[in-house]
Amino acid sequence: MKLKKGIPVIDQGNKLGFWGGKFGGNFVPETLKKPIEDLEILFNKLKKDKQFIQERDKYFKNWIGVPTRFIKLENLTKHVGGAQIWSKVVSDANGGAHKIYNATVHCLLAKRSGKKVICGDTGAGYAGKMLSMAAKKFGLKCKIFMGAKDIVRQQPNVKAMKKNGAEVVPVYSGSQTLVDAVSECMRFWVANCDTSAMCVGSTVGPAVFVRICGWSTSQISRELKVQLIDEFGSIPKKLKLYNCVGGGSSSFGFWNEFMDYDKKQCEFIGVEAGGPAKSKKHAAPLTYGSKIGILHGAAQYVNQNSDGQIVETESISAGLDYPGISPLHCFLKDTKRARYTAASDEQALNAYKIVTRFEKLRPSLEPSHAFAVAISESKKFSKDTIVVVNSCGDAYKDRGILEKRLGKKYVKSN
Amino acid sequence: MLNPISAAFVKAKQENRPALLTYTVAGDSSKKQSLNILKSISKNADILEVGIPHNTPVADGSQIQTSAYRSIKNGIKVNDIFKIVKDFKKFDYNKPVILMGYYNMIFQYGENKFLNKCKLSGVNGLIVVDLPWPENRGFAKKCKKKSIYFIQLLSPTTTKIRLKKIIKDSHPMSYFISMLSTTGGKLKVSPREIIKNYIKIKKINPKKNVVIGFGITEKTIDKLKSADGLVVGSAICKEISRSLKHRQNPVTNVSNLVKKLKNKIL
Repeated sequence: MKLKKGIPVIDQGNKLGFWGGKFGGNFVPETLKKPIEDLEILFNKLKKDKQFIQERDKYFKNWIGVPTRFIKLENLTKHVGGAQIWSKVVSDANGGAHKIYNATVHCLLAKRSGKKVICGDTGAGYAGKMLSMAAKKFGLKCKIFMGAKDIVRQQPNVKAMKKNGAEVVPVYSGSQTLVDAVSECMRFWVANCDTSAMCVGSTVGPAVFVRICGWSTSQISRELKVQLIDEFGSIPKKLKLYNCVGGGSSSFGFWNEFMDYDKKQCEFIGVEAGGPAKSKKHAAPLTYGSKIGILHGAAQYVNQNSDGQIVETESISAGLDYPGISPLHCFLKDTKRARYTAASDEQALNAYKIVTRFEKLRPSLEPSHAFAVAISESKKFSKDTIVVVNSCGDAYKDRGILEKRLGKKYVKSN
Repeated sequence: MLNPISAAFVKAKQENRPALLTYTVAGDSSKKQSLNILKSISKNADILEVGIPHNTPVADGSQIQTSAYRSIKNGIKVNDIFKIVKDFKKFDYNKPVILMGYYNMIFQYGENKFLNKCKLSGVNGLIVVDLPWPENRGFAKKCKKKSIYFIQLLSPTTTKIRLKKIIKDSHPMSYFISMLSTTGGKLKVSPREIIKNYIKIKKINPKKNVVIGFGITEKTIDKLKSADGLVVGSAICKEISRSLKHRQNPVTNVSNLVKKLKNKIL
């Protein structure tokens, strides 16, 4: 299995949509074959269409507010005493997380295809919140599927979705988290694909959804590349890019433009959710060597039992609480382009404490996982190593959990 | 020897009626009960579809999901499903049995090992919900070698050109999904519309049997009588759930329901 240079990774899949010949694909019911093919044709055409790119860039700039900041975390760097620690503050984006890029592109595509309704899944609630914002902006009716357990733990985002006029559909089946929300959303699309568009909230699902999402979030690395050159004159000799990985949309977007650099120069580190330290359950299929299986239309490494039933995950972070992982990341793992590891709930909470103590930055629980590993590894790196952590979400949505686990102090301090 | 699935269609045609296909989830509500249900309905059903429960089903509505979760909760494993089929076949060898499920279950078991086990247990056909054409070509060929029908799914969204290609590759039975829906949805198009679409498919190759499924209940079944076969699934799963809720015997209740369904198409 080999990563090709000079070709975007999203376009490196084979005819049937498999990366490396075995990850991804389209394991979908017959009913969805046609709508997926239609979407593929539309996307392949529009991603080469200058006018469409201009339209996308216009909304990215004027509505999402790109570029997001790239800042040095001076105090944290001093405290850790090793590599220079920087952050790409993607949570600056309108709505407070990277999910806005994919949501905007899907709504633009839905408009072009004449669909009136858009449905989507959500875990942490960001994908849902952003889709509801974009749907409102572009005049589409919006339906969001969300696990009943996640609705309870991510109330601020649920309120935001409703405020934007979206219908939030609680999903009570299975573990009542993201995995079930995605299943239910796909079921809704099976029954309504003639009138509705579907937005899959991450780089998961049938191949075209993986590609659209990766194409959308790549905005992050396009900006970062310019910002790095502005700051250092060129791409640093020792660059390490840390990102949390749930489905894998923010990390893929954070890395994409650096794909062709040698990994000795630009290393990618993906941090999965290891779950509670004392629990055997986790949401880290790459770190803990899960087997390849099919989930939500794509072949990927996925937490499952020997029979092929998907097993329940556990993580403090609703956004990472997913048993599978993007086929793109399976591909990057097996081609050894990226390195994957996990942080536990406790390590993420601790990282949140450290970051907020030293910096005016409030990463949500998802990027706190990335900070945990970045902080611990940075100690060992030389001073000319540039560590960049993607702070891809804002902790506002987590204030209930943070208050419960860390006390009021940490919610009010920022 | 003629595959029992084809034999069932021949028999139904001789009686001038569609074949009745039932769908129940293996292990619902228990291994023993599901075997007893199969035995009791085999009198009236022509072909038995046995569902392999999966916990992330992307095409099933709430009734089948409930049955599947119940079965998984009771600890059903793929090997238990083969055992149920094998035990049933001891009771009625010529009654065709089709396993229906999601690809991951087969993938984890190993395609070849799965098919060997199908052969040993007496499975006559397979429906894999999320392994569409052309992705299913390789697996369908393997099925053919074992004389197991791989049943292609066709949907109202399947384009004409695609229909032709699928039918060309298909084995003697295909499955037409009546409408845009997950299983068990309310019939949102008229039976006349469904039959119109069905006829279009039949015209491509009249020799191949096409059954209609999704949204078929006691109320709608007689209006679709002109098809080669009709599948009832969610209505049966619902009856099992209802029986359990009212502490009634699901075997008797399901058996009565299937009898009623049969009477409607005679």
